[in-house]
Amino acid sequence: MITFTLNGRVVETDAPATVRLLDLIRDDFELIGTKEGCGEGECGACSVFVNNLVQNSCLIPIGSIAGANIQTIEGIIETEQFKILDESYSVAGGVQCGYCIPGMIMASAALLSKNPHPSETEIREGISGNLCRCTGYNMIVDAINLAAQKGDGIWQKK
Amino acid sequence: MKLNDISTSVPKKDHKGKVSGQLPYISDVKVENMVYGVLYRSPIAYGKISTIQLPNLPAGYEVVGSEQIPGPNYVKIIKEDQPIFASEWVNYIGEPILMLVGKELNTLYRLLNEVKIEFEEHQAIYTLEDAIYRKSESGVTMASYEFGESLEIISAIEHGAHQIIEEEYDTGYQEHVYLEPQGMLALYKDDEIIVQGSMQCLYYIKNALLSALACGEDEVRVIQSATGGGFGGKEEYPSMMACHVAVAARAVKKSVMLVYDRSEDMVVTTKRHPAKINYRTSLDKDGNILSMCVDLFLDAGANEGLSSVVLQRALLNSAGVYKIPHFHAKGFVLKTNTVPNGAFRGFGAPQSFAGIESHIGHLSKQAKIDPLEYKRKYLVKQGDPTITKGNFRDPVLMEEMIEDLLYSSDYKKKKEDFQRFNQQNQRYKKGMGTSLFLHGCGFTGSGERDHIKATVKLVKTKNDHVSLKISNSDMGQGILTTLCKIVAKELDISYEQVFYPDPDTKEVPDSGPTVASRTTMIVGKLLERAARKLKTQWLSGVEQEVEEHYIHREMIPWNEKTFTGDAYPAYSWGVNFVEVEVDTLTGNVRLEKVYANYEVGKVIDERIMKGQIDGGLAQGLAYGYLEKMTSKQGKIQQKSISDYGPPTSLDVVPIDSKVFDNPYTDGPYGAKGAGELTLIGGAPAVQSAIENALQTSFQQIPITPEVIINSLWTKEGEEG
Repeated sequence: MITFTLNGRVVETDAPATVRLLDLIRDDFELIGTKEGCGEGECGACSVFVNNLVQNSCLIPIGSIAGANIQTIEGIIETEQFKILDESYSVAGGVQCGYCIPGMIMASAALLSKNPHPSETEIREGISGNLCRCTGYNMIVDAINLAAQKGDGIWQKK
Repeated sequence: MKLNDISTSVPKKDHKGKVSGQLPYISDVKVENMVYGVLYRSPIAYGKISTIQLPNLPAGYEVVGSEQIPGPNYVKIIKEDQPIFASEWVNYIGEPILMLVGKELNTLYRLLNEVKIEFEEHQAIYTLEDAIYRKSESGVTMASYEFGESLEIISAIEHGAHQIIEEEYDTGYQEHVYLEPQGMLALYKDDEIIVQGSMQCLYYIKNALLSALACGEDEVRVIQSATGGGFGGKEEYPSMMACHVAVAARAVKKSVMLVYDRSEDMVVTTKRHPAKINYRTSLDKDGNILSMCVDLFLDAGANEGLSSVVLQRALLNSAGVYKIPHFHAKGFVLKTNTVPNGAFRGFGAPQSFAGIESHIGHLSKQAKIDPLEYKRKYLVKQGDPTITKGNFRDPVLMEEMIEDLLYSSDYKKKKEDFQRFNQQNQRYKKGMGTSLFLHGCGFTGSGERDHIKATVKLVKTKNDHVSLKISNSDMGQGILTTLCKIVAKELDISYEQVFYPDPDTKEVPDSGPTVASRTTMIVGKLLERAARKLKTQWLSGVEQEVEEHYIHREMIPWNEKTFTGDAYPAYSWGVNFVEVEVDTLTGNVRLEKVYANYEVGKVIDERIMKGQIDGGLAQGLAYGYLEKMTSKQGKIQQKSISDYGPPTSLDVVPIDSKVFDNPYTDGPYGAKGAGELTLIGGAPAVQSAIENALQTSFQQIPITPEVIINSLWTKEGEEG
């Protein structure tokens, strides 16, 4: 039995230790916001927070998360930070097909929590592990920049 | 919200569901009694199946193959050459032979390993070069067209010419890498199969299912689920997956889900056709073009699929945006025993534009004239004939668009600065390149009239909500928003009152596929007309319904046999300027600045248009220097995203773009197509920028670091 915290709730599972965190989240806990784009840690669509660090959940066997604090997109939807990102992505036009977006939002939140006023280069570096095939990234970079301005002061509360 | 100017951006209809991740894509769907499917695929490129040995299947696990197909064993597209399950011959590595279905994916993968199939192998055609060499053998040439000036006249012109330049140009595969891999679900009911999934063309799938299941209209139904990117990759390919899950669901009487993982998706799904283009151009002593012959070869892979139509578009664009005297072209679709190629944003045009822009650029060097200046001498104008004796009847704003970029990029000064920089720097070299291009909007020729015959419907409820009933897919390009805007504006009601439910063939007429830059221009226009009709009949608080059908405006009639007439009702236009820095030690290319001007009639939503520009250009630029896919002995070599190399956020720079107004009578609010256009100029502009930086010529894309290093070595050798 593996016990960990998922979106603020202590949960347990008897799934084998080799099961990917991504599958556990999606199949057992039915949280669909974490997407599978490649299964090899290359696209970032499955990004989640593990102890506040953004990670690809497709590369994490659940045996390694005992006692950890896991947050998925569902776990941050109610936060002030998410609301700012939501609005900024809408205004900047950062969302097209949407498949990369939950992962991109997680990467954006992680970046801004660490660096509330990133430069354009720092934003590009911050999301370089998240692939988007629709937007050419610029409008996502704009969205994060906008979120940094609008959310001045809220990012480091986490 | 009432809409004033149609171009002013509004919040996207699907924003909330996408940003929160709660909008379900097909792989997020689970239904009762659902089983998964996995495919056994041919491990050889060409041969005959001799024996099939199946493992003992546990209870609840079954095998589905060609015997379970109620109808004929092919995926209905154009030709009948693509089996649903190969039953005798296999024609490429990865071709589906049978499907195992059952509850647990892990068990299915284990069982798949235990399937033993033996083949009698035959000599395959692995490369386009080989196919060209063997093109007169039976079955190798799948389609061909030839048109233009007579070869006798060209021969006479060449005879008197000062010089004849011959060039051979190659373009590689391009992989779509939509972020959501392909996925399809067949829901089983006693009297109906519902196929749901990631797709661009609902009625292509429905027609394929009617054939495969040999059933009645009301026994199959196709519903589009949220689609995580398409770019053409979900145009015809999903028809095969739909046949797989529907046949399986019928056979096992359960709902069947088929979702590809990334490596399967990269290796077996359609890609942009590799092409070889030969140019033969005669020049006078000042370097002016006297005549041009183009021979174009497309690698279809193992099935014809849509390749003949791709070839048509490639040929129609083979002279680029230029009025070339005495132009002749011919093209071939050739079979190889490799993964079938298909639709990809641009549909044959990106290959042609890469080629012609490269060739014209090289001719300008012969004439010792700046490439852009040389190109402008031949630029088509309003009223000029097309290469198929059609007509550019609408205003052409290319000169204005070029002038604007010359000014905003400070072109002349930049080029001088770069030349100085390059003289002073050994390792890094800077260059500036340009591309000029167009895109024909809608289906080629009379396709809209003869094949598509689009119908749209608007349905109004008692509370005065209006729903769009059309078969077009939003795959990220934003039509959920733009088409609702057109209807809201025309009805003069609020945008929030207009809805666009997930298209379902039980509810929507066939308004055609979501392809060919036709959705905004053709479907949008039909919706505009339907809304106008509804407005005149509007009765508040009453349920109402209106329908509109495509009306063909006759121009110079298109003749596919002679390849003459107006190939497209309208054209969208573009100009790209690109600045790069090349590291001559590593061969790496870094984009420094990208400028882009477009003319798409009228923009329906500025923010959505900007998204098409940035995303399309990122794909187009990467096609020219980053993205490389190869096939070796019939096997795709790049099985993961990083092996292939689509751009990350670090590869792209901000794009300085502008869109020019030039309203088109037969488009809604004057709009023409925009989605494909934005990709086309990327590769040729990046090539000419690299050439400018290194003062050399390339005959291929992608221009990867290896290509650059090789060319530098060759140059060094020559300069000794």
